[in-house]
Amino acid sequence: MKSVAIFFICIILLNGCSSSTQLSLYQKLDGKAGLARIVDSFIYQIGNDEQVIHYFEHSNIAHFRQGFITHMCMLVEGPCEYDGDSMVAIHTGMHITEKDFNHVVDLLINAMNEQNINHNLQNEILSRMAPLRSEIIKI
Amino acid sequence: MKRIKCLLAGLLLTTSFSSLASNGKLLATPGVSQIEGSGGGGIVPWAQLAGYASEDEFSVNGFCSRADVTDYTLDVCGAQLNLFNRIELSYAQQRFDVPALDTEIEQSITGAKIRLYGDIVYSDWPQLSLGLQHKSLDDGAVATLVGAQDTSGTDYYLAASKLHLGAIAGYNWFWNVTTRYSEANQLGLLGYGGGNGSGKVLFEGSTALFFSREVAVGIEYRQKNNNLNLGEQDWKDLFVAWMPNKHVSVTAAYLDLGSIAGADDQTGWYLSVTGYW
Repeated sequence: MKSVAIFFICIILLNGCSSSTQLSLYQKLDGKAGLARIVDSFIYQIGNDEQVIHYFEHSNIAHFRQGFITHMCMLVEGPCEYDGDSMVAIHTGMHITEKDFNHVVDLLINAMNEQNINHNLQNEILSRMAPLRSEIIKI
Repeated sequence: MKRIKCLLAGLLLTTSFSSLASNGKLLATPGVSQIEGSGGGGIVPWAQLAGYASEDEFSVNGFCSRADVTDYTLDVCGAQLNLFNRIELSYAQQRFDVPALDTEIEQSITGAKIRLYGDIVYSDWPQLSLGLQHKSLDDGAVATLVGAQDTSGTDYYLAASKLHLGAIAGYNWFWNVTTRYSEANQLGLLGYGGGNGSGKVLFEGSTALFFSREVAVGIEYRQKNNNLNLGEQDWKDLFVAWMPNKHVSVTAAYLDLGSIAGADDQTGWYLSVTGYW
């Protein structure tokens, strides 16, 4: 039982530390420049990936890049308003599978690793993007 | 020795067939292999189905585990088949060494689990699965000797689990709660039912924090029957799981299994390796 108590005390202490920082998530990610670096790495990851590249065959890369940066900026509560096409409109007809969706998540994690985004910030970003899944896959 | 060779061969196969492997789930989300063969933690079956198969894939996993406590050793090897992340079929063979009686108790366990709802990462509500484990002692002599009613039995369980992204200080937080109906005494190694009762609904739980994509640290709790009036106690463990890629996982744990067949304070270590195809 002692180990259980210690485990929970650790969790509480960890929580205490995280609330002392003042920077917003957007700022921690180095604002728009930081987001642009993540998205550029992400596009590079996709471009080199045999499994999912075909979904992007007819995409305008510049348009995708700008849209993704703005969308991420909004998700991390930066000073941006994403007014592009809805997730549903973009992904309808692509028939993205669970497997390929998760693979793209893996590629986004690779991109964030490449840009040295720390683990906890990565999780923050992923937790804000995860609810979009139902508007993206199997449509 | 034979088991170790078996395991090494398995790991080699894992490497050579890695291109065929299912990998449709996110890293670490299937969990590891539980001592009764189901996908789970170490002692608790979880709602996740074993292996990396997504709904369009199937996967096969093999594992071996050893629990070494004060007076006993348990060795388990087994395998799971995951069909389209909907059904998990498992088989495990347990060998329980009792040096004091200079004997070994062997038991085989056939399991099945069906995912009823959800995905531990993405669904609004926790993933929910229903499972069973049919267990049968190869030789019921010891079970009969200690007063068990039967030498085989079936456990039924309902499990719910969820991974909360970045939930605790930015770390991913996992929990699983399982309720099990069981008549088993010490997993069934000491038979089923006894003079002090038989079937009961039992509570089991696990929780863990992911300190990276690959490493989770957590605890488990498993309530137990006391049918034999031998002072059987609830089980606890503290574990570290390392999942470096979608082909292999290694779990180490500190176990506190309480009293087993009259021998108190059974604490010790646990090591488990799973290979994923």
